[in-house]
Amino acid sequence: MPIFINGREFELKPGETVLEVALRNDIYIPHLCFHPKTGKAGKCRACIVEVEGRRGLLTSCNLVAEEGMKVVTDSKQVKDAQKIIVDLILSSGHHDCLSCEQNGNCELQDAAYYLGIERPSFDLAPAEIETDNSSEFIFVDRSKCISCGRCVEGCTRTVVNEVLNFANRGFETRISFDNELPMGESTCVQCGECVQLCPVGAIIDSRMIGRGRTWELEKVETVCPYCGVGCKLEMHVDRQKNEIIRVTGVEDSPTNEGMLCVKGRYGFDFVSSQDRITTPLIKENGKFRAADWAEVIPYVGKKLKAIKKEFGSDAIAGLTSAKVTNEENFAFQKFMRSEIGTNNVDHCARL
Amino acid sequence: MKFYRSHLLIGIDDSSLQAGVKEFETALRNELAKHNLTDEINILETGTLGYFGTGISMLVYPEQVTYVNLKLEYIPEIVSEHFLKGRIVHKYILDKLSSKYDFNYQGRIVLKNSGVIDPENIEEYIGTGGYEAWEKALLEMKPEEIVAEVKASGLRGRGGAGFPAGLKWSFTQPLAAEQKYLVINADEGEPGTFKDRLIMEGDPHKLMEGIMIASYAIGATKAYIYIRGEYKLCISRLRKAIDQAKEYGLLGKNIFESGFDLDVEIKIGAGAYVCGEETALIESMEGNRGTPRSKPPFPGVKGAWQRPTVVNNVETITNVPAIIKNGAEWFKGFGVEGCTGTKVYTIMGDVSMPGLCEVDMGTELRKIINEFGGGMKNNRKFKAALVGGAAGVFLSEKLLDVKMDFNSLNEYAAVLGSGAILVMNEEVDIVEMLWSVIRFFRHESCGKCSPCSNGNEILYKLINNIRNGEGKEKDLDLMLHIAAVMNDTSFCALGESLLLPVKSAIENFREDFLQRMK
Amino acid sequence: MTNDIAGIKDTDVIMIIGSDTSAAHPVIAARIKQAVREGTAQLIVIDPKKIVMADYAKIYAAQRPGSDVAVLNCLMHIIIKNDLYNKEFVEKRTEAFDKLKAEVMKDKYSPENVEKLSGIPAEKLIEIAEMFGKAETASIFYAMGITQHTTGTDNVKSVANIQMLCGNLGKSGGGVNPLRGQSNVQGACDMGGLPNVYPGYQKVTDEKAQEKFEKAWGKKLSNKVGLTVTEMIDEAYNGKVKALYVMGENPYLSDPDQNHVIEALNKTDFLIVQDMFITETAELADVVLPASAFAEKEGHFTNTERRVQRLNKVIDAPVGAKDDWEIIQLLAQEMGGKWNYKTVSDITAEINLLTPSYGGITWERVGRMGLQWPCPTETHPGTPYLHKGNFARGLGLFSGIEFKEPDELPDEEYPLILTTGRVLQHFHTGTMSRKTEGLNRLAGPMVMISVEDAEKMGIGNSEEIEILTRRGKIKAPAFVTKKISPGVIYIPFHYKESPANRLTNPAIDPVAKIPEYKVCAAKVQKIN
Repeated sequence: MPIFINGREFELKPGETVLEVALRNDIYIPHLCFHPKTGKAGKCRACIVEVEGRRGLLTSCNLVAEEGMKVVTDSKQVKDAQKIIVDLILSSGHHDCLSCEQNGNCELQDAAYYLGIERPSFDLAPAEIETDNSSEFIFVDRSKCISCGRCVEGCTRTVVNEVLNFANRGFETRISFDNELPMGESTCVQCGECVQLCPVGAIIDSRMIGRGRTWELEKVETVCPYCGVGCKLEMHVDRQKNEIIRVTGVEDSPTNEGMLCVKGRYGFDFVSSQDRITTPLIKENGKFRAADWAEVIPYVGKKLKAIKKEFGSDAIAGLTSAKVTNEENFAFQKFMRSEIGTNNVDHCARL
Repeated sequence: MKFYRSHLLIGIDDSSLQAGVKEFETALRNELAKHNLTDEINILETGTLGYFGTGISMLVYPEQVTYVNLKLEYIPEIVSEHFLKGRIVHKYILDKLSSKYDFNYQGRIVLKNSGVIDPENIEEYIGTGGYEAWEKALLEMKPEEIVAEVKASGLRGRGGAGFPAGLKWSFTQPLAAEQKYLVINADEGEPGTFKDRLIMEGDPHKLMEGIMIASYAIGATKAYIYIRGEYKLCISRLRKAIDQAKEYGLLGKNIFESGFDLDVEIKIGAGAYVCGEETALIESMEGNRGTPRSKPPFPGVKGAWQRPTVVNNVETITNVPAIIKNGAEWFKGFGVEGCTGTKVYTIMGDVSMPGLCEVDMGTELRKIINEFGGGMKNNRKFKAALVGGAAGVFLSEKLLDVKMDFNSLNEYAAVLGSGAILVMNEEVDIVEMLWSVIRFFRHESCGKCSPCSNGNEILYKLINNIRNGEGKEKDLDLMLHIAAVMNDTSFCALGESLLLPVKSAIENFREDFLQRMK
Repeated sequence: MTNDIAGIKDTDVIMIIGSDTSAAHPVIAARIKQAVREGTAQLIVIDPKKIVMADYAKIYAAQRPGSDVAVLNCLMHIIIKNDLYNKEFVEKRTEAFDKLKAEVMKDKYSPENVEKLSGIPAEKLIEIAEMFGKAETASIFYAMGITQHTTGTDNVKSVANIQMLCGNLGKSGGGVNPLRGQSNVQGACDMGGLPNVYPGYQKVTDEKAQEKFEKAWGKKLSNKVGLTVTEMIDEAYNGKVKALYVMGENPYLSDPDQNHVIEALNKTDFLIVQDMFITETAELADVVLPASAFAEKEGHFTNTERRVQRLNKVIDAPVGAKDDWEIIQLLAQEMGGKWNYKTVSDITAEINLLTPSYGGITWERVGRMGLQWPCPTETHPGTPYLHKGNFARGLGLFSGIEFKEPDELPDEEYPLILTTGRVLQHFHTGTMSRKTEGLNRLAGPMVMISVEDAEKMGIGNSEEIEILTRRGKIKAPAFVTKKISPGVIYIPFHYKESPANRLTNPAIDPVAKIPEYKVCAAKVQKIN
């Protein structure tokens, strides 16, 4: 038997929660603390629904879907309660969308929009804006934090670096690095898992600030060029400027499940580095001079042919690369074997 | 055996210690010696005598009179008048003693020995028939029989929610796990409540005996007493009780050669209100931040360190030895249908005799206030009673005849809670009272879920505005609405708590609020 | 890796030996920490440095660098002696168990004797062996700490021995799991970027393979095993290698004994470097060819768990730079080859055709999640873990491995052991990671030295000191720590300003030809 959500029938998979069934079928229920990776948290309470035959409002993120269950996500009672919850959250910090990096990619914004909350109704926001820019790559604005706990959960249970936690209690609850150290002085290794999990603009990549909002950037998946784990990345690109603005891990990758390390997330300046070579170079009298491809290819060919002719194929050796693609490695060894005629091909696998 | 003409029981608890009871006791001994009464009059230290705000108290047997608010300078007069000449010094004794503090009238199960025996001496507890129930349970009963007996007795959890204790045990008892735990919630965080403290101070062995029986019943070989650090005297008395029980072979390995092992350990908490919630208590006990866990799984299946764990309140467990010893039917003789046994109340506020009393479930509130609380202090007019602790209900005069048990209170959308009764006279402003209740919950909100932490904060702002004369009548509706959403959507009972006090205060005492808006 | 990353959740005991996992393979480290935290696995860490992973370990042991065979033999000694090995697996799936027994059961490998050899207390060795031997499924993760020794092959064989002995192969959660250090080092090997094999490890000395490739490429091919990288450098030094074509590598910093490398590169007649940057090696080149970066091209990388994954073009390459394959094709055509690849996928198709294990990993099939080889046909689902039911050669072959000391041991003149490796914030020779200033601010050059040794010499934390070996001398700030054993120093090799490989010993493993980066004799001195 299926499950009924707002009168529509949906198949359910074993163990799925009501929220998961709804989201899988594009039924939006406001949710701020649930994330597929960190799982149910039951903290924000915005995902409440009504279930026929059950008393009161139930949070759908930790409600296991059952066959025949009749769920209502949009009744007046549900939306009235959600409105208070989300309005209070919105009122509790400085959620200034205009210049927020998460604008358009903010789950609080989505919830407020869905519930028609135009501006916060309550006088709750702290007087001070509290930011922490002590970390090299990560910027923290605690006045935007909604204490959803995703970052804490991710730091503790996903990447298991165990740096983030909560300090204080009640309304004063705040995320803390180690024992309330500035992030840059803590034992944080800047893997950026917290950035990736933050539903609002509280923890963001410091280097993306002001360089483009989510809808302005094109996303392309590729593979990390660093170690051999082969983490899948999503690169957020400014097409006009031909620049990589931001990198996130691909959540459904079986290799890294969205995780990255500090290099994989922040170490891409080399791609657009001013030091890139943009023209072939030929050394003359101990100095490089620029050449074009039409010149350099015959130049190299001539040299190689001459050496092959004079000293034999085995006087030529080639180092292929552990950093280029399979196709390029294939081509390189084929070149050495079939065109040069030697098996003198190796790479730095051992180094 | 030595024969004494009189026994003087001096209550030793945190408040009497602060009042200088030790000094008083020494002076008293000296005075008695001066009159050569040492061999005739015996001085015994006992737990609390059950009164609050009475400083140093002393119960004299066989007359059964209690001197309260004793001072050093009274000693010569009391000794010469009462102990030498046999004339009770009425000006120092408890007012209207015979009717209000007739221990026989109060059907005492839990507090039976408090103020009677020396809580630091296991022999005295055994002398009252103590540990007979443990022996019976362990040697004559199967665990499932104990669970069935407790189920049959109708004992309901005394921590606040009133969940049937036997039923709770029955979920854990049949589980096959390599380790199960019993955890005693002695974190008593309810403002104005100190019944568990006095139970533990007055009769720690009864709690120990209850722990033993309950552990055996559910198959736990390890029990923890999670207690707030401020309860220093309780902790030291419980430690003594554990040591003595071990010495007597009542605890440890292969108890009574039954093959059953039990170890009891005291875990000291930091006294957060939310740790009264059983899953938050478990988190705290495991060394984590004290915040509630999502249920299911319930602790009975996956609790402390992911093992089946039963969490019971001190008062609940302290009822168990009597149930096992006397049987479920006997226990059902106390209280009312659906809510059996007695309840220990902490009566505070504008009554003549604040303190503890243990009466049958179902006793009317009016009776508790008038007879056990000594009526209104200075004969002021009654205005309200906050019943059930901070999360309770502000009851007005017209509800005074409510029967105090889980079911009856429910009919009035009120709660028994931990059994705290705060009585207020006509001078009390409910705005101030509600303000302090909200301030309390704002302080105690753990911050895990958003409706509770944000809701408490905004309620606090709103009540502050009202208090400062800046409130508007529509704020009252907003407060009700927010409290209702908090009640409907919060993670745990803490966030749900404010609805009752807010609603009852505003609905029953609206005038007090409007007064501030003029 | 014989096994896959996801299988970490299926293992009961994980042994990390010779891998600073959280620094060099942080995401796999996270997976292992998850398993430890969730309580599904217990962790054993054996490493001369008290690496971060040791904080998560049930047992941590610091071995003397270079004593791995003795340690592993000792563990097997105890496991056999205490009857903890998997008899059924040994009987049905392996051969030459006698040879293994004959070696490891020698008294030389008793816990007491190996305590002397390795510095790991006998009781700890027994504890490790018991935990490992009793596990239902145990896995071993290692990296260059096992391989970069003159006994690298022996070390790897010993890891294989213990896993066969305990029956930890051919099932999820087990395995011999070398963590590959570079994004496509697995692919480079798979694609025949080695002197002895064609793509798919088909030997150049195998006539059938030679015939196959000659037919496919229409050229006569050599059946003579070529030179390895270290041999190329030596032969260039000796004047036998006249031309060297280096694509995307930086031997200047990555190869041992830097001074020797520089001389060798200078001696070539013609050095071609194809790279994104003027690397230290490129400075010495005769021709530099500008290549595009990973983010500017399409193709595939094969990761450490044999998963072939797609690279997509993210941004445009700088005008003037070309994809490596395009450059190679231009050169091939110049050399007279009839190459005609229109797109990268044309090469992929040729790989599918000529590489049996990649037969089914076509451009169309790879998808977002990739495919794990062996995947011989287009209907094959890929292979998460190897050796299920059978080994490639049939039965698993035990070998008796005798413990041998490293090539260069400390002596009076050079009393310390120098070992090298990576830090979290940088990668290999730094060509990529060091272009990000933030990473440079987070981690610069250093030499890790024990509190004991530093105190003895009056060296303070952050004090710049000199490190010397028979090959050369560098300077680096001291990082005085309890995390390293007395007598051992550690230097990350990323930094051209403090190049660790100026110091390292070029002595190589006779089979794998891998240099002994993990052990050489060194001394440190204060700078006056």
